[in-house]
Amino acid sequence: MNTNSSIAAVPAVNDTTSDAIIKARGITMRYPNGVTALEEVSLDIPRGELVTLLGPSGCGKTTLLKIIAGLIEPTAGEIRVNDKTVHGPGPDRAFVFQDFALMPWATVLRNVAFGLELRGVPREKREAVARHYINEVGLSGFEDKYPNELSGGMRQRAGLARALSVDADVLLMDEPFSAIDEQMRRKLQEDLLSLLRVEKKTVIFVTHSIEEAVYLSDEVVLLTRHPGKVVKTVRPGMDRNASPDEIRRDRRYLDAVDDIWSQLKQYLR
Amino acid sequence: MPHTTTADVSIPSPGIAASARHGGHLRRHAPLLWKLASFALFFGLWEIAGRIPISLAFPPFSKVVAALAQLLYSGELLKAYAETLPPLAAGLLITAVFGVACGVIMGLSRIVEWALHPAMVIMQTAPMAAIIPLITFLYGIGVTAKIIAVVILSLPMVAMNCYSGIRQTNASLLEMARSFMGTRRQQVTKIILPHASGMIFAGLRLGISGGFIGIVLAELLITPTGIGDIISYNRSIARYPEMFAAILSIILLATLVLTAVQIIERRVFAALGQQHSQK
Repeated sequence: MNTNSSIAAVPAVNDTTSDAIIKARGITMRYPNGVTALEEVSLDIPRGELVTLLGPSGCGKTTLLKIIAGLIEPTAGEIRVNDKTVHGPGPDRAFVFQDFALMPWATVLRNVAFGLELRGVPREKREAVARHYINEVGLSGFEDKYPNELSGGMRQRAGLARALSVDADVLLMDEPFSAIDEQMRRKLQEDLLSLLRVEKKTVIFVTHSIEEAVYLSDEVVLLTRHPGKVVKTVRPGMDRNASPDEIRRDRRYLDAVDDIWSQLKQYLR
Repeated sequence: MPHTTTADVSIPSPGIAASARHGGHLRRHAPLLWKLASFALFFGLWEIAGRIPISLAFPPFSKVVAALAQLLYSGELLKAYAETLPPLAAGLLITAVFGVACGVIMGLSRIVEWALHPAMVIMQTAPMAAIIPLITFLYGIGVTAKIIAVVILSLPMVAMNCYSGIRQTNASLLEMARSFMGTRRQQVTKIILPHASGMIFAGLRLGISGGFIGIVLAELLITPTGIGDIISYNRSIARYPEMFAAILSIILLATLVLTAVQIIERRVFAALGQQHSQK
């Protein structure tokens, strides 16, 4: 497969008719203190794919994700989701947080159902939906536990179930596994991929781990810092239906990791 | 499964349900035994110190208990509390309503914060014993003056605790609520207030202690009535056991009220199905 196409970096004027669910055009983020976090970032996120934003810390990848989520207003530029301009959070996007953002005073069930609770869905209905996704992320039996009774990995499973419960087209995942230890992280990555085979979501995934990005992604977008810019996109192109071990030993997996590392290396320091 | 502790949401102490689940009889009653031992030690030392005596104005514990029984039996104590408790209750009610409201609004609104925060800090740090007699100039020596004394000693504590509870809301949880399209109102009712509830109750408990101090100060410094009158009258005629008995009765009453509030607090959290988020 192609390792090097750059279809994602589209110039601002070119509004392609391709099936891109999210289009970012000329996103610039400048903070009042003069720091430019992002400069003229344009991206297309193809529907149904998992796209990773990868880069060193300070490259503005989380900022970009939060702009797409509508949590941060960019200084300039426009985000379009399903061809509608974003002016804030919407039902088409659901966020998964790095620190899980679970309410410590609420059970797993209430936490998972919380997105629907905020939308005014009746209790019985939202809890039925929540139970379905709790089961799907592998947390059944823990519905009545509180977050502090769960391990980090299980907490993030709850965070993922909450995002799935609101039935958004797009999942925005902000370094979701970075606070979880290595072995559990691998398990969560594998489980995420098998979950996505069922759920058919578009995912934008922020990470600083090259291996994680290549393993999970249909497409990896490389960002650099000072200011944050897209330098390259890589499509690893492994067989998504292969077993995790086969993927990790696949030539294309290893090549993509090397390729990205040689790219990023020159931007460090 | 492995645990990770990183920049995480605040981890509450395990709730009542969790702690009641395990532990045999001895382990469950051990804290109670320790408490009783602590009381016994304290009162024992008091008894010894009173018998030496370390001061003529310091009666042994046994004499104080006898005096307390006598005050109760004669009805003097009940009559005094009939005068002391209504203004205390009224003041604490005002504090519970307005103190919590002030603190919550201060935590939510910048403008109110600017307007009230300095006043609250001053009220918390000012020497109240010096200021309370001045209330007389404005409100005379009646019940109103007592209520005011209770309020100025309890309200700032309640308000400041609510305020800090609200200010400490986890930013990530607010962002979460926003990302799932929660309104500002939902953020307040579903995130900010539950998050602050532990601090609000802690503030109420502090406020109750403050209220007890306020009512006694008012009765000692403004209007010699109620329990304050028993204290100052018995001191003036050197009947120290009675004086200490009155003081002891206040301590007992305050402890009972605080315990009751704690029980109510647990019930409220249990009824809401929340885990106690006290830090």
